[in-house]
Amino acid sequence: MLRFILKRILQAIPVLFIVATATFFLLHKMPGGPFDTEKAMTPEMKKQLEAYYGLDKPVGRQYVDYMKRLILHGDLGMSQKYFGWSVNELLANSLPISMELGLEGMVFALFFGLLAGILASLRKNTAGDYIPMSIATLGICIPSFVTGPILILVFAIWLGWFNSSGWFFPRDRILPAATLGLYYMAYISRLARGGMLEILNQDFIRTARAKGASEWRVVWRHSLRGGLLSVVTFLGPAVSGIVTGSLVVETIFNIPGAARFFVRAAFDRDGPMLMGTTLVYAVLVVVMNLLADIVSVWMNPKLRFE
Amino acid sequence: MSAEFPTVTQHAGEIEPGHSLWQDAWLRLRQNKLAVIGGIFVAILTIACFLSLLIAPHAYEKTHFALGATAPSAAHWLGTDILGRDMLARTLFGGCISLSVGLAATLVSVIIGVLYGAISGYIGGRLDVVMMRIVDIVYSLPFVVFVILILVVFGQHIILMFMAIGAVSWLDMARIVRAQVMSLKRQEFVEAAIALGLRRRRIILRHMIPNVLGIVAIYATLIVPSVMLLEAFLSFLGLGVQAPMSSWGTLLNDGRMSMEEYPWLLIFPSVFFSLTLFSLNFLGDGLRDALDVRASKD
Repeated sequence: MLRFILKRILQAIPVLFIVATATFFLLHKMPGGPFDTEKAMTPEMKKQLEAYYGLDKPVGRQYVDYMKRLILHGDLGMSQKYFGWSVNELLANSLPISMELGLEGMVFALFFGLLAGILASLRKNTAGDYIPMSIATLGICIPSFVTGPILILVFAIWLGWFNSSGWFFPRDRILPAATLGLYYMAYISRLARGGMLEILNQDFIRTARAKGASEWRVVWRHSLRGGLLSVVTFLGPAVSGIVTGSLVVETIFNIPGAARFFVRAAFDRDGPMLMGTTLVYAVLVVVMNLLADIVSVWMNPKLRFE
Repeated sequence: MSAEFPTVTQHAGEIEPGHSLWQDAWLRLRQNKLAVIGGIFVAILTIACFLSLLIAPHAYEKTHFALGATAPSAAHWLGTDILGRDMLARTLFGGCISLSVGLAATLVSVIIGVLYGAISGYIGGRLDVVMMRIVDIVYSLPFVVFVILILVVFGQHIILMFMAIGAVSWLDMARIVRAQVMSLKRQEFVEAAIALGLRRRRIILRHMIPNVLGIVAIYATLIVPSVMLLEAFLSFLGLGVQAPMSSWGTLLNDGRMSMEEYPWLLIFPSVFFSLTLFSLNFLGDGLRDALDVRASKD
């Protein structure tokens, strides 16, 4: 097990290195800079700014400097748009908010998705199966940028139960988390239902029932571990999707998270900011994938021999 | 899984009623009401979108400042937006863009995925291990972020957009094609081709790929909605199609901004977009189930 984890960590490092390198050189090709928009800038001022950000050096040199600071100090450089702020400082304020939103979305998806999927599998081919599964099918088709505004329209504007945007009170978390988690809830419920049905048809479940085990025990002790394997495998892609999903949800609900910096940096041509947010997202996704892999190996001993 | 899959040539030659797998599949598909309704809806919508370019009573980009935003009426069935532009025309035009980007990007992703999967599956060995490992790695990255970076760096051109979208959505296709090719390559006709002294390139292009195209076509119908989603996602963030053009993503974003005063600007594009995605998904699922490519739905 430990060897497996170490091996996966060693595999992740070159991946992240390649991502950093590719992003760096891609952004170097970016037309225009953040200083283009500033009015009345003398050539000397521009030169000074470029020297400040190290843009006057050759690309190879810039790359080596950047990577050195990144690896030795975890330094992502200075933002070119928010003058005087480092990317690290800006992300330190906003990233926890994004992480909280992502976590809440994931908890929402897992809780309701598992609940619906398991209950549906126990009531196969009844209304208690069809109704949640039809809703799940709809949930998979509708993207968050449709559900988000519609949820705001109905629950915030027409019914007035929530604020339509902002991130101040615990109540403000509900609509964004639901918007972010809806798709994954739907997907997880379908996976959970399918996996559970497969397990519930197995002989050892029949044996357990024949022994007189209660339904609760059959589900909790005998079926869940095998039945939810596919859900665990899905967690990796789900995290990746939640990261990109947060771009939209934070925009819709005006949440001061990292995603807004990423989108705005794309318009502002703020290279260091784009680079920093991309790297942070890549690290997040790779680490979460790693965790999902570890959990699935832990849950499924068969995988340990591969 | 696919040893009993008919080859394309068999399919063309067999006309006996009720026996070919493709005819069975067609019968099964027809019984799947949701898939049929989905197919009909997509067909009608596509025709309506492209017909609207020719015969719409209101041009999509024609502004009418005096009119402003009006609720749906007899003259403007879906109302008008803040600049007085007819929403029906804009929605249908947005459909043209969304559907075109969906088809074009799917084509790009199919070409990449089929070639990649066929090469990996046919050659096998160490190359296969490396190529599939790359797919795994790419799969685990937040690739939408890279599409955004590409659009920022190279400009928001519509052709670039579907190239970029296609370039990140070929992974599933590569996996499916690889699995198909791996089982195909053990069949006798491949042995015959090798015995004839054909080169690998020719075997892959002329013998492997034509034989998997049926399955590819079916999975492609499932790529179309996911690609349209990505396009709408980018347009929604303002990184996709630029004004005065509209796609469903930009319409949704515009509608969201003014939904308090003019909810119809949000509701109609939402309905069109969602119905199209439903239909495409149901159609794709139905096709897949009809051919039973994978034993079960997840």
